[in-house]
Amino acid sequence: MTHTGTTSTHKTPRLPYTETPLPGLDPRWSTTVEVASNAACEPVRGQIRTWHVLDNWEVLEAEGKQPVGTVLAVHGNPTWSYLWRNVIAAATEAEQPWRVVAVDQLDMGFSERTGLNRRYDDRIQDLSDLTAAMGLDDEHVVTLAHDWGGLISMGWAELHPGAHVGTIMTNTAIHHDPASGPIPAPLRLALAPAVHGILTSRTNAFLDVSIGLVESGLDPAVKVAFKAPYETAERRQAIENFVADIPAFEGHPSNPRYERTAAWVATSSVPALFLWGTKDPVFKEQYLLDLIRRMPQATVHRYEGAKHLLPQDRAIEEPIMRWLTETFAQGSTHRQDHQAARPTSGSHAAFVPFHSGLTERAAQQAHAWEVATADMGPATNDREPAVKKRLAWTELENRVNAVASGLLGIGVRPGDRINLMVPPGTDLTTLIYACFRIGAVIVVADTGLGAKGLSRALKGAAPKWLIGVPQALVAAKSLGWPGTRISATAMDPLRAKALGVAHTVPQLEKSGPIPFPELDPDADAAVLFTSGSTGPAKGVVYTQRQMAAMRDAVAAVCDLRPGTGLVAAFAPFALLAPAMGASSVTPDMDVTKPRTLTARALADAAGAIEATSVFASPAAIVNVLATQDELSEHQREALSKVRLMLSAGAPLPPPLLEDLQELLPNASLHTPYGMTECLPLTDVDLPTIREAAVDAQPAGGSARRGAAAGSARVEGAGGGVCVGTPVPGATIKIRVLDQDGEPTGDLVDTPGVLGEIVAQAPHMKDRYDRLWVTENESTRIPGWHSTSDVGHFDAKGRLWVEGRLSHVLHTANGVVAPVAAEHAAANVPGVGRTAIVGVGRKGAQVPVAVCETEPASKTVGPARPALAARVRDAVAAATGLDVAAVLVVKAHPTDVRHNSKIDRTLLAEWAQNALGGGKIKNP
Amino acid sequence: MSPTPQNTPKVHGPRRSHRATDAELRDVTELKGDGRRVLVTGASGMLGEAVARLLRDRGWTVRLMQRSPAALAEEQGYEQFLGSVDRPEHVERALERVDDVVHLAAKVSFAGDWDQFLRTNVTGTRVLLESARLAGVENVVFVSSPSVAHSGSSIQGDGAEPADPYAARGNYARSKAAAELLALEADSPKFKVTAVRPHIVWGPGDTQLVERIVDRAARGRMPVLDDGAALIDTTYIDNAAEAIVRALERIEVSHGEAFVVTNGQPRPVGEFIAMMCQACNVAPPTRKVPSGVVKVAGKVIEKIWAIKPGQDEPPMTEFLAEQLSTAHWFDQKRTRQVLGWEPSVTVEQGMENLKAHYTQNPLPVVAEVREKRMEKARRSVS
Repeated sequence: MTHTGTTSTHKTPRLPYTETPLPGLDPRWSTTVEVASNAACEPVRGQIRTWHVLDNWEVLEAEGKQPVGTVLAVHGNPTWSYLWRNVIAAATEAEQPWRVVAVDQLDMGFSERTGLNRRYDDRIQDLSDLTAAMGLDDEHVVTLAHDWGGLISMGWAELHPGAHVGTIMTNTAIHHDPASGPIPAPLRLALAPAVHGILTSRTNAFLDVSIGLVESGLDPAVKVAFKAPYETAERRQAIENFVADIPAFEGHPSNPRYERTAAWVATSSVPALFLWGTKDPVFKEQYLLDLIRRMPQATVHRYEGAKHLLPQDRAIEEPIMRWLTETFAQGSTHRQDHQAARPTSGSHAAFVPFHSGLTERAAQQAHAWEVATADMGPATNDREPAVKKRLAWTELENRVNAVASGLLGIGVRPGDRINLMVPPGTDLTTLIYACFRIGAVIVVADTGLGAKGLSRALKGAAPKWLIGVPQALVAAKSLGWPGTRISATAMDPLRAKALGVAHTVPQLEKSGPIPFPELDPDADAAVLFTSGSTGPAKGVVYTQRQMAAMRDAVAAVCDLRPGTGLVAAFAPFALLAPAMGASSVTPDMDVTKPRTLTARALADAAGAIEATSVFASPAAIVNVLATQDELSEHQREALSKVRLMLSAGAPLPPPLLEDLQELLPNASLHTPYGMTECLPLTDVDLPTIREAAVDAQPAGGSARRGAAAGSARVEGAGGGVCVGTPVPGATIKIRVLDQDGEPTGDLVDTPGVLGEIVAQAPHMKDRYDRLWVTENESTRIPGWHSTSDVGHFDAKGRLWVEGRLSHVLHTANGVVAPVAAEHAAANVPGVGRTAIVGVGRKGAQVPVAVCETEPASKTVGPARPALAARVRDAVAAATGLDVAAVLVVKAHPTDVRHNSKIDRTLLAEWAQNALGGGKIKNP
Repeated sequence: MSPTPQNTPKVHGPRRSHRATDAELRDVTELKGDGRRVLVTGASGMLGEAVARLLRDRGWTVRLMQRSPAALAEEQGYEQFLGSVDRPEHVERALERVDDVVHLAAKVSFAGDWDQFLRTNVTGTRVLLESARLAGVENVVFVSSPSVAHSGSSIQGDGAEPADPYAARGNYARSKAAAELLALEADSPKFKVTAVRPHIVWGPGDTQLVERIVDRAARGRMPVLDDGAALIDTTYIDNAAEAIVRALERIEVSHGEAFVVTNGQPRPVGEFIAMMCQACNVAPPTRKVPSGVVKVAGKVIEKIWAIKPGQDEPPMTEFLAEQLSTAHWFDQKRTRQVLGWEPSVTVEQGMENLKAHYTQNPLPVVAEVREKRMEKARRSVS
């Protein structure tokens, strides 16, 4: 036999029980404990059982560290304490260290094989015996669990109210509600009598599948380590027994104790942290929701895309240590610090409910019968605009009240989330205001997210109710969206039954008046979703007070007040007009497809209510300009009455703005900057944009090469998109980037200094929904929202946005934002939209231009040398950057919602591969 | 015969080589050429000539050494010794009264026998270093190549990695890697040695790269590998020469370390070759070939060439195919900081210089190809 030992395997930690190297595990943690068993399954009371546990106590003691408390970590089936190695390491090294006792349950891991079938009751007793033997029962113990460990640790917690001070759960289940359907399919299969033994103990199948449930794939050495204690069928017996103990049928011997534990959990008020992988085929989100219902005090983070073996899949040790520290070792939590540091504006003292503008207008005799909201039909060239539906203020108010009463009547309570799957228009407006009136939380997801993105978003937000048009109800049925179904329209009973519809809005409207509950200004009001252009769409939660503040900010920017009229061709703002007492009209278009708005449809909508303001997205404006030749005289006249035009969602190139100004000669054109988390943040109008363009020109007047940086007429002007100055109430600062391009520096407004844009405003989001880690990241500076956008101020206090923080280039000469170079490249004749991405290692990246061409290229790859030279010269002249390569693509990958944000992260990766050599594929 | 290096030095454990600290870099006394004599080996090549000129301009007394007379020696103000660097008796004579050495002499080729590379590049460097130390020379700049640390995978923004004769590809790179290790190992406070690795040096009159590429392109024998997108750093001749001289002037801080030198303007290889052809008034290559095919073909051609060598290099070797189809460009931060140097001629300016030169001195191949085309046309008419 050859000796195969090498130096590298000697370095990998081992335990005395196995030859298998165990990467990441410190052998000093490993210890055994002899415990007298009191479990009912033991034939002889007091039988000594040998436990294997990982415990960092001795390491802490040797290093002279005093732990804050003890984490009792309980693994599930079929893993072992190895699952918690990263948590143990982090807890040992933390500034506020914790002792972690990670057990191998009996018959599992490297603990003793007792040869007995230990059921749930026995396992609780086992854990209690162990903690008594280790002297943990008088300590402060936070339980940490995965899979079966969840129930067992809670069973233990129920028996140790004095010791148990906190609960941390990762993908697990406390209770299975038979009404919600059978247990998850993978477990049903494992339990089928014919295959149960084969899958679980006689072969490695269950073990292999379970530890393979990670998104990113498992390091082979780690996989082997997970399997190390389960090498033979005998050693795997407990895996089979555990699976057999799943309460899959009524009358299962473990059922009563499960029920007892689940009920107890709902009474526990200790702090809790739930970390959840959303792609777990076994412990699906329904189990997380069940847990949240039982422990509403819990802090929650859902890891989008992570699978069952979450502690292996994601770096959960970081949030765990952070949560332990702020919950048990600090005076206040980060969220408390953040909320305390938020600006308290004037609106804080006098909270004016969101809907009050509507109520006041309806109460005014003179205006009660004026149009509050209207929907347009197909645009015609006739004198009269084709109004499809219209409601006067008093009608809208009455309808809102009726629906609100109806909702209360069917059991909707303040705080309940209601998913509204209804296209913009009078019906959606009615539903939104009905929800606000009773304190129900609207969940508004845009179908632009696509079926997959929408399902993901809705399952995450987990609304209790779903109000939808028939198409939405069909989608809800087939895609399994959560929520009790309410049809927005009348529906025959057969169809209603088929779609699982419990109520209809027309029925709700017939409800008699029910008194409305009092509104809590600081309760949740809305969950909106980000566009998903930077990863999966995130839920953004606003409170009643913050929605009211958003209403006031938009009113100030857009000059909307009672008596004005708004064409709402941009969904997020459509819901705001009635709140300001302004009339609104929805033009004839598919609002989720901005390019369906024609000039005639816009003009007819404006004419219908004599609109003074128009909101539209850049894509819609592009199409309006393209179809303006179809306008008749009276339609042009209707457009000439528009006083303000607002484009939001993405910047609008100045040449388009100039064209738009010709079409709307009396309108002030605004292109505010903002995000789902804070809308709007700044405002800018066309004259300011023109002035900024002049200010950005080189001071000498000549366009000499490389004149861009630092020599503009006004310091800091140029480089990026000028988005103007902060809206009233908002404060914006630039957080300086360090050498690695990380925003860690001071908050400044020095002209020309590039950094992350951070902001505070009363109409800023309350938090991200069930994304605690993301929320902490975005509120790194308490009181501020870090936007992940980069930009700089100029000497006139105007903000210039230069793209996303993750898109900046880390060149040898420092951090460079791409936007200015992109504009220069896109202005080269024959070149379309361009993304400038960095290729190479951080700190040594070179800029690469990835261009669409006009007409669109049929091939993908390096640009022809002549074109490359033109792009390179244009970028060098404007920014001084040396573009290494110019690549041509057929079309850029973009986000689904706006079709405007180029996925630069993906392009950068693609460009790096393309320029590394070899055959080039499509990005 | 196996090309595995047999006589490469063994590296005995980690040796702490000199690497200038920030404090040293802040307070450096630069060497002045006045009153000093420098020996430039390999001065008949384009780079050697440029370095020699620059050193003379900076006040050094310049002595050239190579096997056959250098064109430069005909100009005023240069001393010349004819000889081989691997012959101690030649080297000893050449080193008399010399203070500094810039060692460029090397066998540069994409193909050839390992023994030849070993003799010129490894033995030659060993002889030169040993003789120089005994002769009381103070400073040596060893001109190396980034390929000494290139294992064949793409390099995208890495710095100067340690030379590795075992991983380096091809006999040239292997022998230079071994030589660089020897050179840097010889470094000491009293006998300072630095290594400069210019990457793909080109310029007017360059027979090694420019004229060879353009010649093949003109004859339709230069394929574009894959999409020609591999990003490649190159060095314009003036910049390479300047960096080498700076390394000597700042040897107080540069010794003990290797520095990759490039223009810091990587370009897709296809575009770079096209720019070069255009500057020489030749149509750029358009024939696309997958690099995998060329690598295999290159290997076969290399083998055949070894049996039946021709006058020129084989048309495509595996090494060359790899060079032209994988990215290699570098992080220049350390180089620029230590050498106190920035490239003064951009790629674009360099191309203009190239154009000016080849408009004045057209390559024979341009007329030759035109003549062939005319001939073909005449034949088709008759």
